[in-house]
Amino acid sequence: MKKVLEGSHAIAEAVKLCKPGVIAAYPITPQTHIIERLSEMVADGELDAKFVNAESEHSAISICLGAQAIGVRTFTSSASQGLALMYEVLYIVSGMRLPIVMVVANRSLSAPLNIWNDWSDSFGARDSGWIQLYCESIQEAVDTVIQAYKIGEDEKVSLPVMVCIDGFFLSHVYEPVEIPDSKIVEKFLPTYKGRVIDFNKPISQGMWAGPDYYQEFKKAQHEAMENAKEVIRKTNNEFKKIFGRGYGNGLVETYNMEEAEYALITMGSLSGTAKYVLKSKKIKDIGLIRIKSFRPFPVDEIKKAIKNLRGVGVLEKDISPGLGGTLCYELRGLTKKKNVSTFVGGLGGRDVKIEDFLKIFKAIREERGELIWV
Amino acid sequence: MGVKKVKVVKEEKASESFNEKNQCLFYPGASNCAGCPETIAVRAILSVAGKNTIIVNATSCLEIVSSQYPYTSWGVNYIHGAFENAAAIAGGVSLALEKLGKEGNVIALAGDGGTLDIGLQSLSGMLERGEKVCFICLDNEAYMNTGVQRSSATPFAASTTTSPAGKIIKGNVTWKKPIAEIVVAHRIPYIATASIGYIDDLKVKVAKALKKENQPSFIHVLNPCPLGWKFESHQTVQIGRLAVETGMWVLYEIENGSFKLTMDVPKRKPVEEYLRAQGRFSHLFKEENLHIIKEIQKRIDEEWERFRKC
Repeated sequence: MKKVLEGSHAIAEAVKLCKPGVIAAYPITPQTHIIERLSEMVADGELDAKFVNAESEHSAISICLGAQAIGVRTFTSSASQGLALMYEVLYIVSGMRLPIVMVVANRSLSAPLNIWNDWSDSFGARDSGWIQLYCESIQEAVDTVIQAYKIGEDEKVSLPVMVCIDGFFLSHVYEPVEIPDSKIVEKFLPTYKGRVIDFNKPISQGMWAGPDYYQEFKKAQHEAMENAKEVIRKTNNEFKKIFGRGYGNGLVETYNMEEAEYALITMGSLSGTAKYVLKSKKIKDIGLIRIKSFRPFPVDEIKKAIKNLRGVGVLEKDISPGLGGTLCYELRGLTKKKNVSTFVGGLGGRDVKIEDFLKIFKAIREERGELIWV
Repeated sequence: MGVKKVKVVKEEKASESFNEKNQCLFYPGASNCAGCPETIAVRAILSVAGKNTIIVNATSCLEIVSSQYPYTSWGVNYIHGAFENAAAIAGGVSLALEKLGKEGNVIALAGDGGTLDIGLQSLSGMLERGEKVCFICLDNEAYMNTGVQRSSATPFAASTTTSPAGKIIKGNVTWKKPIAEIVVAHRIPYIATASIGYIDDLKVKVAKALKKENQPSFIHVLNPCPLGWKFESHQTVQIGRLAVETGMWVLYEIENGSFKLTMDVPKRKPVEEYLRAQGRFSHLFKEENLHIIKEIQKRIDEEWERFRKC
């Protein structure tokens, strides 16, 4: 049965189903409703976890690091400046191969201070070695949190996972959501069996490595990311079989591509609007490629999807000053086509409207191949 | 460089590397400088804490000398995260142990930088939340790992690579930050100072700090560094004692709010003896700088009176 829930509260319900033993967080808009709800669950005895009000995001992620290294499943949530403050520890968590799950309610970075949505925060952590999964809807966020633990904890992966949701657009919106049954989730996601501490078999974690070994660690992380592609696909399939909901192949979702000559490539909640415009305006020559997994980057899927197209346009809520749209430049490496247009928009929470999509589609057809501000 | 497996020979049994059950908790072979006080402190701490211990180490000399992949000096569980977050990681470890229903000691080891400077916020957060951690600061009074740069634990007038004794500025211009007193403001159950010059005193204090009812606990250990303080490597323990004998370092503990001098020094030696023994203070013995020694002695006298009145 579906319940009408605020996005943040629905995500908290999903976290509860995953039974983290330690939750540590620090308040930052627009993520706060998630941890508020989780603290209520702990206070009411609905969730048997240690809830820690950390004194900063840096400490919040460090507390998760300590707990996860001992063998306990953990959760944290952050955004914007908070994620930026965690930055140093993000790399340490992935390097130590600790499968922490964090929900990022995507928000812009200062200055100027701005609490609204874009992807600057998690894009800044692009190379931190975390899996990054971007969600289109609240339902997808709920389902992705549950999948995130399974993906990250898979022994072929053993990496932390960021579940990225557009701040306010998903965190603060009410939608009818199906919250999966706890007993079925228990079967899908068994109790965490990480490296539980053993005093009789002591181990050292977080060692330093010189030039003779450091690169091997980074290579192993890259290989784990490559392995994650298959694990993400498999997890998406398994989830679909059990719960009846899937999201493309887990890495990429395509829409309206049957007769398409062009495609719009985007991520997150922008995809919902794009689908609506394509459908309601009965557009046939343009399809949608939604990248769900930004890391690992689904190279093969994207190459295949754009192979026979005349051109593509990339719509993204981020800017790499001095280059352009980050996502666009990652995609340019996958195609010899020159007509890859970048549409940078929605920064600092600016609404990308139906008429903006129509302008974008027009520019894609014109094969402009340049940076266009939306 | 530490080695993972060490053949246990009879002679070594007596050393503090091994406990009474012949388990090695900190293996010989760490790559410290000659005369380094760090492993003296670590072995003393582990001899009390035993094998059911998780060490959380801040980035520091200790971390570098003991944990070079693929070797480790540690015969107990060991985690290194970053420079400033040992307290937070240790807090997470203690909560995880509670969640798993396991009992063990959680000890955070950090240098003066990782405690007084970059680690202060994380330390304060952990203490305020009351997590079951024993935090031990191994204070060698500067950033020794990166080449003797000044920290807020560096004593007044000491020459370091970033507070050099120059023609105009005569070394470090600030007095040592009273970290233990900052910790006192958190009203935690157990706080102590110690010196590797008095190892039995350190062990007694570690034993108290490891009692769960005394946690979070904090021990501030003075660790004289031959490299950074510029003295001969055989003098480490001697300097650690001289610090206490001159009143430059005061040994005390605060148990549930009650202060106790754990070593009274009725006849303090002049601070000049302590300063003269270390190259970092050598500039003070030039004619034009002798007044600085007087200034330091005055400060010590005042501090000593303050402690005696506690």
